[in-house]
Amino acid sequence: MADIVSTVVANYNYWIYITLMMIGLYAIIAKNNLVKKIVGMNIFQTAIILFYVSIGVKKGATIPILEHAHGGHGYGVVHAAEYANPLPHVLMLTAIVVGVATLGVALALAIRVYNEYNTLEEDEILAQIREE
Amino acid sequence: MSSQYPALIVAVPLLAGLLVFIAGWVNKKWCFPIAVAALGISAYSSIGLLFRVINEGVIVYKMGGWDPPMGIAYYVDHLNGLVLVVVSVVAFLNAIASKRSIEDEFPDNIGAFYSLYVLMVTGLLGIVVTGDAFNLYVLLEIAALTGYGLIAMGGGRGPLSALNYLYMGTIGACFYLLGIGYLYIMTGSLNMVDIARILPDLYQSKAVMAAFIICMVGVWIKMAFFPLHAWLPNAYTYAPSASSSLVAPLVTKVMIYVMIRLILTVFTPEFSFNILAVSQPIVWLAVIAIVMGALLALKERNLKKMLTYIIVAEVGYMVGGAWLGNRVGMTGAILHIVNDALMTLCVFMAVGNIVYKVKGADFEDLQGLFRKMPFTMGAFVVGAMSMIGVPPTCGFFSKWYLISGAIQAGHYGFMVALVFSSLVNVVLFFRIFEICYYEPFSDDHGHGDEHGHHPEPAMDEAPVTMLVPLFVIAVILVLVGLYTGDIVNQIIDVAIPKGLV
Repeated sequence: MADIVSTVVANYNYWIYITLMMIGLYAIIAKNNLVKKIVGMNIFQTAIILFYVSIGVKKGATIPILEHAHGGHGYGVVHAAEYANPLPHVLMLTAIVVGVATLGVALALAIRVYNEYNTLEEDEILAQIREE
Repeated sequence: MSSQYPALIVAVPLLAGLLVFIAGWVNKKWCFPIAVAALGISAYSSIGLLFRVINEGVIVYKMGGWDPPMGIAYYVDHLNGLVLVVVSVVAFLNAIASKRSIEDEFPDNIGAFYSLYVLMVTGLLGIVVTGDAFNLYVLLEIAALTGYGLIAMGGGRGPLSALNYLYMGTIGACFYLLGIGYLYIMTGSLNMVDIARILPDLYQSKAVMAAFIICMVGVWIKMAFFPLHAWLPNAYTYAPSASSSLVAPLVTKVMIYVMIRLILTVFTPEFSFNILAVSQPIVWLAVIAIVMGALLALKERNLKKMLTYIIVAEVGYMVGGAWLGNRVGMTGAILHIVNDALMTLCVFMAVGNIVYKVKGADFEDLQGLFRKMPFTMGAFVVGAMSMIGVPPTCGFFSKWYLISGAIQAGHYGFMVALVFSSLVNVVLFFRIFEICYYEPFSDDHGHGDEHGHHPEPAMDEAPVTMLVPLFVIAVILVLVGLYTGDIVNQIIDVAIPKGLV
């Protein structure tokens, strides 16, 4: 039992991202309102961004910028262990942009759906489609 | 010049996509020539590139001169050289063919439409040409986001279908990204060749297996593999004809290319088929996909929707063929990417012509079409024959390879499913032919005609700009069928690693 607890606590970042992901997935599947679904989708994406950010983090590490590098008294040797890995964070800048673009497109589509059916509730829309 | 082909393939349509949008404000007449010119340059570059690859072998293009694995490199080998040609040629032909229907359906949004169209092709070509796993994700989203826009332009049920596609597409892309994240944790690299170099020592690792499976699920959602297909039929049916004949042939096929790339290059066939030991259940899933796709198609009373369910079945063909785990099956799957893209384009373009003239694709609208639109229907018959698998059209040959692969692997369930689906296709298409040929044209006077025969409907064919590309693609279907031997020997055989027998 203590084993499991320590594994969970040691890898808490993974548990958080999985929980968030499942919340998002639940909203996409179970919610009736289209905008709530869109919010769920955004939570889903954010969970993965969080996952990427957390894997670049190191204990006691600093940002990957050389101190006084141009002054002549900079560090002679760069120790990778002292710096956080910037690559996953940089990747996530792109993923955030993609997420925002997806959110924008989704909301634009939701407006078009609303103009068509005058509602954003999925069951009401489906009822209208069945009537046609 | 020719050394820059890999960059030109993506860069020209990307810049043209922005230019078209601006041109749309100034003068709508400029949009079409710019878009077609850009797609033409892409098609020309990719054909040139394929011949260079056949003669010289794999081409590595370093973006900005940065060496991989730090920089992003574009790799062109026989596999993606072939897919590049298919994607760019399909997009080019469809752009020419759909000019009139675009002007007809949304005259106010021509600039926006062509901009999305060209950007979507950019995304698809980028997915195929890139050698960087994260770059692939970004291009995947470019292709997907523009695709949602293209589908939603139809109005009516289009936006709702596009929104449902968007939920599923985003989940699929996120799964792919998550899988790449696990691979990055394990290997510290995003370059596909570099990952493939580091991975073999880690094949027993649970994280690598999880990465592979998560990537696969993501790609399956994107390609509408059977239980995950729910978004596809509505999205493709309610899209305007010009979009659906771009999206339907290309998106699923490009995603199958990504799956094969993951199996063959990023991982090895040894890992995918032997260490993981999930091929059997996946081929059975493909069997279910084929059977269900065929059955669901039978139930539809709308030509376009029927065709979308056939796509679901065709995806099953290719996933099954790739996962049979032998060389013949993999050859069939790769050949079917080419053939299915071409024949789907052919039938969807024919449907585009029909919708342009008849304003509908329900079965009732199709009556008497052989008399009314003989040329369109002639090309449609060629496409339908290819879908059924009648020689010498290309559909026969890839199906032949798939069935041979199934027999070689001893997987008779898959073989039976392929034959079953071909038979169902016969029923589906001959039912359409019957309606179009025998049933009278539902014109104004059917009952009151005292002579007891129906008036000959006048020929009312689609414009020449729509017919010529349709004929070109119908001829290509036969030509690809006749040259199957060369394509397999010169290109596909080289593309599959020696380890896979």
